[in-house]
Amino acid sequence: MYNSIVMVKQVPDTANISGKVMKDDGTVNRAKLPAIFNHEDKVALELALQVKERYGGKVTAITMGPPRASDILRECLYMGADEAYLISDRKFAGADTLATSYVLSEAIKKIGDYHFVFAGRQAIDGDTAQVGPQTAEKLNIPQITYTEEIIEVSDNKIKAKRKIDGGYEVVESTLPVLLTVLKDVVSPRPFSAKRVMAYKNAKSLIDLEKLTEENSLLYIDKLVHEYEERGLFIKTLTMDDLQLDEQRCGIKGSPTKVYKVESVVLGGTDHIRIEPTKNGIGELIDKLMKDHIFG
Amino acid sequence: MPNYFTDNSDMQFVFNNLDLREIVEIAEDNFEEAKHYNYAPIDYNDAIENYRKVLEIVGDIAGNFIAERASSVDEEGAVYKDGKVYYAKGTAENLKQIAQADLMGMSLPRKYGGLNFPFTIYVMAIEIISRADASLMNIFGLQDIADTINKFGTDELREEFIPKICSGEHTGAMALTEPDAGSDLQAVKLHAYQDEKGQWYLKGVKRFITNGNGEALLVLARSEPGTKDGRGLSMFACHRDDTIKVRRIENKLGIHGSPTCELQFNDTPAYLVGQRKFGLIKYVFDLMFRARMGVAAQALGIAQAAYEEALKYAKEREQFGRAIYNIPVITNMLIDMRVAIEANRALLYAAAQKVDIKEKLEEKIKKLKEAGKPFSEENIRLKRVMKESNFLTPLAKYILAESANKIANDALQIHGGTGYMREFKAERFLRDARITNIYEGTSQLQIVAASGNVINDILSDYFDEKEKKQYKGGVAPLVSHLIEIREIFKDCLKYVVEKKDPAFQDVAAKDLVELYGYLYVGYLLLEQAEKDQKKVFVANRYILTSLANARKNAESIKDGLFNDILHADKILS
Repeated sequence: MYNSIVMVKQVPDTANISGKVMKDDGTVNRAKLPAIFNHEDKVALELALQVKERYGGKVTAITMGPPRASDILRECLYMGADEAYLISDRKFAGADTLATSYVLSEAIKKIGDYHFVFAGRQAIDGDTAQVGPQTAEKLNIPQITYTEEIIEVSDNKIKAKRKIDGGYEVVESTLPVLLTVLKDVVSPRPFSAKRVMAYKNAKSLIDLEKLTEENSLLYIDKLVHEYEERGLFIKTLTMDDLQLDEQRCGIKGSPTKVYKVESVVLGGTDHIRIEPTKNGIGELIDKLMKDHIFG
Repeated sequence: MPNYFTDNSDMQFVFNNLDLREIVEIAEDNFEEAKHYNYAPIDYNDAIENYRKVLEIVGDIAGNFIAERASSVDEEGAVYKDGKVYYAKGTAENLKQIAQADLMGMSLPRKYGGLNFPFTIYVMAIEIISRADASLMNIFGLQDIADTINKFGTDELREEFIPKICSGEHTGAMALTEPDAGSDLQAVKLHAYQDEKGQWYLKGVKRFITNGNGEALLVLARSEPGTKDGRGLSMFACHRDDTIKVRRIENKLGIHGSPTCELQFNDTPAYLVGQRKFGLIKYVFDLMFRARMGVAAQALGIAQAAYEEALKYAKEREQFGRAIYNIPVITNMLIDMRVAIEANRALLYAAAQKVDIKEKLEEKIKKLKEAGKPFSEENIRLKRVMKESNFLTPLAKYILAESANKIANDALQIHGGTGYMREFKAERFLRDARITNIYEGTSQLQIVAASGNVINDILSDYFDEKEKKQYKGGVAPLVSHLIEIREIFKDCLKYVVEKKDPAFQDVAAKDLVELYGYLYVGYLLLEQAEKDQKKVFVANRYILTSLANARKNAESIKDGLFNDILHADKILS
């Protein structure tokens, strides 16, 4: 029996950009983009579910994000996750990878009782690939990045294949361990019809609070109890629940400042023929230096 | 990320306008099962929401995965090697995904792992899957063998077969056809016999068995030695084991992903399903409703896929300085295709709902009987719905299969020379469509099956009512065309009946059935047109085309050319 916690993220669908998604200042207008489940995180969840099928245990999905991120937690339940946590607080907004990994690692500590933490290698919005490794560091556990395959888990040890340049290596680690996974290693299973029907009404605390705001006849405690009873409550953790240091959360805890985002459109239309001579190469290097591609 | 359910505006229209209240009410029986299964609906709206969500899953898998694999499945096909059948790689992946999504027991009871969905919704799933890969539908659709076992088998038999079909561990096959028993199933020879302990065994050969390599087989066999007709046949269920040899698989024009097997049963242990001697006359008769609706849905799925490809190609392909989409002849062809598809869809789901309610009423009557309660009211309803199903099922199968062939043919035509090449999908759709008007009863047999009810004019009251109705939305003028078609029909019917010649009646049946079909579908489309402005175009084109065709039908009934049959030997020599 091995328990897994899977870190998932809701991201803007950058592959389906149409029309006015870029603002005039070159930043992304997130409100205009459909929000989707970051694909590599879905692969991570699939791997966790396969571990559960092979060895037994429990799979818990967690995400840090705005209230609507509960959408992807429902999707985790549709695929087979046993439990889901929404980690959400206005004070988490604007977090970079450092602040994010701080919050996630504290949430994982709070949830506890895990052997694996899974995450996608990176999210398609930031493409940093930092949150996984930073979370492992903060949890003070080993990490296997770029995981391709879990070969075996036994005696509290894991043997896994990870991708390296030009091939792979087989590594071993003690548990608990954090694994980040690549996008093509397994194909995420489809939603299970039964689970979709069972969990389509699963709601987070914030979702339920919204319901009580819209309908004064509802009481939040009663509602939470009712949803818990029916197995439809998406547990919700806020900054207070996790007793976090505010200075390390959200924008306050994020040293990364985006100076400028530029939309670069490559405008080349012609081929340039370079003679395969010393002179030709020299001219090419001069041109690249001049365009600031080199140097 | 195409989703073959949500991207299909007409299917959305049909789904949103479904009224399944009575069906759901009987199927869910006061929503009792919600107490035991967290995925059972708590009320009607919840049930509809469930159906929508699950069809979205089907649409996602179909559009994003199955369709992607379809060309390679067609190319690779199922393979026979050393006595074993291997699915194409894509087919195996498709089946795994469908099983993971819990879709292999869509209309089967929850206690065996099914979803307990109405038949109508299951038919929608079949259409969606067929649009992605027609050959996959054959294996997907064979979950229906569990329906026969569920309806007519004992509890033990249900336990034995249904759970593994629902979980996708087992796939099914329906072994009816034999070398000398195709359209005429009364001629089935495969021998069923009992040993002294009462254990049944099967011995003999079956041919053209779709997915005959499946693990669960439903077999029609002669259990009464010395008999020669349908009354000597019983239905059996058996598991695949070493006594069943797959002798070969067929090399076919289309649906390559679906293995068509010749099976040899060598004293295969089997279970009797239901009662002896009822194999053909009751159980096959019953399963044919579903099988034919399934093929009709498959045909519609293929037609939809072919139309989509043609539309896409017409918009992209430029000739004479413009997209061929804008060339009037092509535009007109595309509109014809689209209108046919929407008319066909209206017919399919109207028919599916009749079959659905028929099944539910049967279920309800069975329960009432067991409880010793009166059921005469339900029985009257059932008789009525049975008649309608008996007419609409073969009508839908006939119309949709023939139409799919035409649409796939036109779709290829729009592609021009390109469409003839294997690199494009158009030719696959045409090859796949070609079987739909042959199997589960040829078009000619569907006409025979539908014609009795047409000659008895069973929908006479229904059409009277429709003629009297006041239609909204500016479609009233179309009613007069339908009235005219009905006059033509009545006139032709009178002509045929008065001739009192059974052979002539057989030949004229095609035209009579078609005439009746125009009326039924025409009124369905008028109902749709009241709800949606766009549908006025559809109803208009369908009804005007039907009126022109009706005149041709009448001409063909009355032109006297039928007498040529008397001189057939001369003409054909």
